[in-house]
Amino acid sequence: MLSQRTIETCVGLFLLAGILSLIILAFKVSGLTSFFKKEGYYITAQFDDIGQLKKRAPIKMGGVTIGEVTNIHLDRSDYRAIVTMRIDSRVNDIPDDSSASILTAGLLGDNYVAITPMYGSSYLKAGSVVSETHSAMILEKMIGQFLFNIDKSEKSKTGRGGMQ
Amino acid sequence: MIAQVTTLGRLGIKLLRDYGKAGILLFSAICYPPNIRKGLPLVFQQIYAEGVLSLLIIMVSGLFIGMVVALQGYHTLVKFGASQQLGPLVALSVVRELGPVVTALLFAGRAGSALTAEIGLMKATEQLSSMEMMAVDPIRRVISPRLWGGFISMPILTIIFNTVAIYGAYLVGVKWLGLDAGAFWSNTQSSVDFQEDILKGIYKSIVFGLVVTWIALYQGYHSMPTSAGISNATTRTVVYASLSILGLDFVLTAMMIGGW
Amino acid sequence: MDNLVEINHLHFSRNDRPIFRGVDIVIPRGKITAIMGPSGSGKTTLLQLIGGQLTPSKGQVIAAGKNVHNLSNNELYTLRKRMGMLFQSGGLFSHLDVFENVAFPLREHTNLSDEMIRSLVLLKLQMVGLRGARHLMPSELSGGMSRRVALARAIALDPDLIMYDEPLSGQDPITMGVLLKLMRTLNDALGLTTIVVSHDVQEILTIADHVYVIAEGKLIGKGSANLINEDGSPQLQQFLNGWPDGPVPFHYKAVSLEQDILERSGL
Repeated sequence: MLSQRTIETCVGLFLLAGILSLIILAFKVSGLTSFFKKEGYYITAQFDDIGQLKKRAPIKMGGVTIGEVTNIHLDRSDYRAIVTMRIDSRVNDIPDDSSASILTAGLLGDNYVAITPMYGSSYLKAGSVVSETHSAMILEKMIGQFLFNIDKSEKSKTGRGGMQ
Repeated sequence: MIAQVTTLGRLGIKLLRDYGKAGILLFSAICYPPNIRKGLPLVFQQIYAEGVLSLLIIMVSGLFIGMVVALQGYHTLVKFGASQQLGPLVALSVVRELGPVVTALLFAGRAGSALTAEIGLMKATEQLSSMEMMAVDPIRRVISPRLWGGFISMPILTIIFNTVAIYGAYLVGVKWLGLDAGAFWSNTQSSVDFQEDILKGIYKSIVFGLVVTWIALYQGYHSMPTSAGISNATTRTVVYASLSILGLDFVLTAMMIGGW
Repeated sequence: MDNLVEINHLHFSRNDRPIFRGVDIVIPRGKITAIMGPSGSGKTTLLQLIGGQLTPSKGQVIAAGKNVHNLSNNELYTLRKRMGMLFQSGGLFSHLDVFENVAFPLREHTNLSDEMIRSLVLLKLQMVGLRGARHLMPSELSGGMSRRVALARAIALDPDLIMYDEPLSGQDPITMGVLLKLMRTLNDALGLTTIVVSHDVQEILTIADHVYVIAEGKLIGKGSANLINEDGSPQLQQFLNGWPDGPVPFHYKAVSLEQDILERSGL
């Protein structure tokens, strides 16, 4: 049995190795910039269709992440989706007539909310509602529309031809 | 027919009594912790015996697992042109699942079986009885420090496993397969969330640590005091602990994904 | 008080098998009392009942005027500090050396300084003749030596009662002689009360003052060491003299020999 001092030293080194690994995991692997990430102000927006949008999806302005989606629920009165978003407190100069759209990251990526700033003079603050929204593009609807348009242009061509 | 029902009933009651004994053991070990002055050195000794001595197997396994997952992952991802997602793939697999589970399984095999054998041997050579007759509570002196030792060692081992595994993936992905180091780390950082992934993995490892140590101590304490009894108890520790880890992993993951 | 321990109408069963069926024993203070009987008659169990590790189903065990099984945990531990017990396998802690093993009860239950503990441990080891072996590990000791160390540990706190569980089993004649001498000398020199559980009849009878013989859960003989040899019951005589056949039969229960052999050859 090793002496008590050796044991305590080894245990101390063990604990130190654990803490060091935790720090590496925190900063290098998960990119933790601040532990207290929950500060920010909350705004909402209504969408007809949110597509694949999920909680914790990023909110981006000009491609830069400024917050995340915190809640999604259905408005019982007009059956539209209400998305609650938390915006970083430092980004407090978004004009309140900006629009929010749900876009897809890359070809196969997840959905996120993009905010396009406009030219208003007052800014979004806690509790504001984004008035202008563009819903997500649903692939099936797009294909349906595309086929419908093709059909229409085919018909109009042949129609004209038919009537000649 | 009656005989079968009686046997089943007896088995059920025995199972219930065993769970009761295990619960009492856990309760006494937690509620009568070793007193600070005399007991803390004992706890340190146990952290050394269970944690520090398991470090080698954990680190080597972590390295190899990280390297293998990276290798396998790369060959599949490259077909979708998504090879830059290798970092997130390995990091999330390890931190969420492989880290806590594999560390717990290895811990059960190495430290758990050692604990059971040690306690079983102490019981067979009447060391625990003589302690009791000398008016020293064997639960406080022997069982409780080992429980705390396992409880503290397991999360630390898991964290070290995670780090070594991700580093192993980095070695394979960047140094060997030629991925870009900057892309590796930045993709990983954007996919891994500290509170959601890393912390929840650590919570899992804390639960696993408690359960594995508890099972090991129970099996040792209640083993038959013969050599056959001790070896059976050691086998049972590894089997029950492994099954519990995998079952609990599912339950905990379901709880975490569904939101607390 | 004349009797340090009194056992009244003791009944005890393990796994539905009755071990004791109404046993009355008194242990007089200051004397060596031997409890003997065939293997499996529950002698070790009796010591565990006295020490409070097991609880009887009926009857009482009264030690130093207190009913052992009505005590709270703290009172039980206080009582146990006045008892020393020597287990059959020694029960030495395998991770401590001889010195630390003997010092264990002193370190746990007293606040004595290290020098005092050192002196006490050396004195106890001197009593059992193993002062020079104090830095050996239990794995390096012979069976007899480890029992002597366990004895030194059992008397470390100067108890009133000391209990030996099969101290002589499996020992060579010299070690037996040493242990017997120690048991008698310590009992007289330290004013102890001794209970010895054993089935080494002739050896124990040389040092015992009183003897009880238990078989099949009941007492089949009691008295002083001299008188007991003259007791008449055939069961007692078979045990004390070591006759191979008698009330405890030589043959395990079976059908007759002719039947067994004829069955095998199919007739």
